[in-house]
Amino acid sequence: MAANEQEILAGLAEIVNEETGIDAASVELDKSFTEDLDIDSLSMMTIVVNAEEKFGVRIPDDEVKNLKTVRDAVTYIQSNQG
Amino acid sequence: MLLEGKKLLITGVLMESSIAFHVARLAQEQGAEVILTSFGRTMRITQTIARRLPKPAPVVELDVTDTQHLESLAERLGEHTDRLDGVLHSIGFAPEGAFNFLEGTWEDVATAMQVSAYSLKALSVAALPLMGEGGSVVGLTFDARYAWPVYDWMGVAKAAFESTARYCARDLGPKGVRVNLVAAGPVKTTAAKSIPGFEQFEEHWGDKAPLGWDVTDPVPTAQACVALLSDWFPATTGEIVHVDGGVHAMG
Repeated sequence: MAANEQEILAGLAEIVNEETGIDAASVELDKSFTEDLDIDSLSMMTIVVNAEEKFGVRIPDDEVKNLKTVRDAVTYIQSNQG
Repeated sequence: MLLEGKKLLITGVLMESSIAFHVARLAQEQGAEVILTSFGRTMRITQTIARRLPKPAPVVELDVTDTQHLESLAERLGEHTDRLDGVLHSIGFAPEGAFNFLEGTWEDVATAMQVSAYSLKALSVAALPLMGEGGSVVGLTFDARYAWPVYDWMGVAKAAFESTARYCARDLGPKGVRVNLVAAGPVKTTAAKSIPGFEQFEEHWGDKAPLGWDVTDPVPTAQACVALLSDWFPATTGEIVHVDGGVHAMG
């Protein structure tokens, strides 16, 4: 069954925490991955591939640059999950 | 199958767009067992992406600039295999400063040389204790006879890489090991996208290639690597096979 926004946010926050050590609670919808959470491109790639596994979606390389905020990622996952 | 029973070490699998990922995939489909390498922070990505291969593939840590990693490689591979029939070298890096020819510092250039050229010798020697008669080392280059836009010191490193392959061919030939390169046209991988101005290659390659060229398709390049890893080039070493739609032959 498809995950809702809150479930995706929680799952994504867990992945971000595993990769970067950032407190999962601070991974909020309006935060920018690079500016607010200070996530570099290599960590972003790791987060993307792990999110793909977790939510059963494919996030093409060209799409990653459009995922500026946590909300962008949650929305993309929500509308593309299988 | 082309690689029935072969045991291969494949470096350079990062994303599914990696040429090395498709070499590993095709190799498994052709009957090979595959061991991947990755290093440092990219280990986690490679381990995740490895699960997308048709069959499981262990990931062994190898930073080609780390002598301890290199010296212990054969022993660490021993956990997974008793021998190697082939090695794919799909490794290259240059700091951003190296992509500005006139401004690039020696420090930037030295890093590019070590990771992108010397590493072929380092990897081959590290794998040699497990290799024997019929072994094959294959690497990936970008035709280094020319000065390209934006490629700069990476292009110089590729020229050194091509020369390194010839010397490896000389010294490993008597041990029964072949060393060959595939000179691919531009392929839109993570590595390529990190080259500032890579788009300049994309635009014109297809127009110049008699066979056309798809920058989004790593498969033709991977197929050539698999062919060179197979027993079907038994008397070929020190060679560079162009997989570029034919661009290298056009004036």
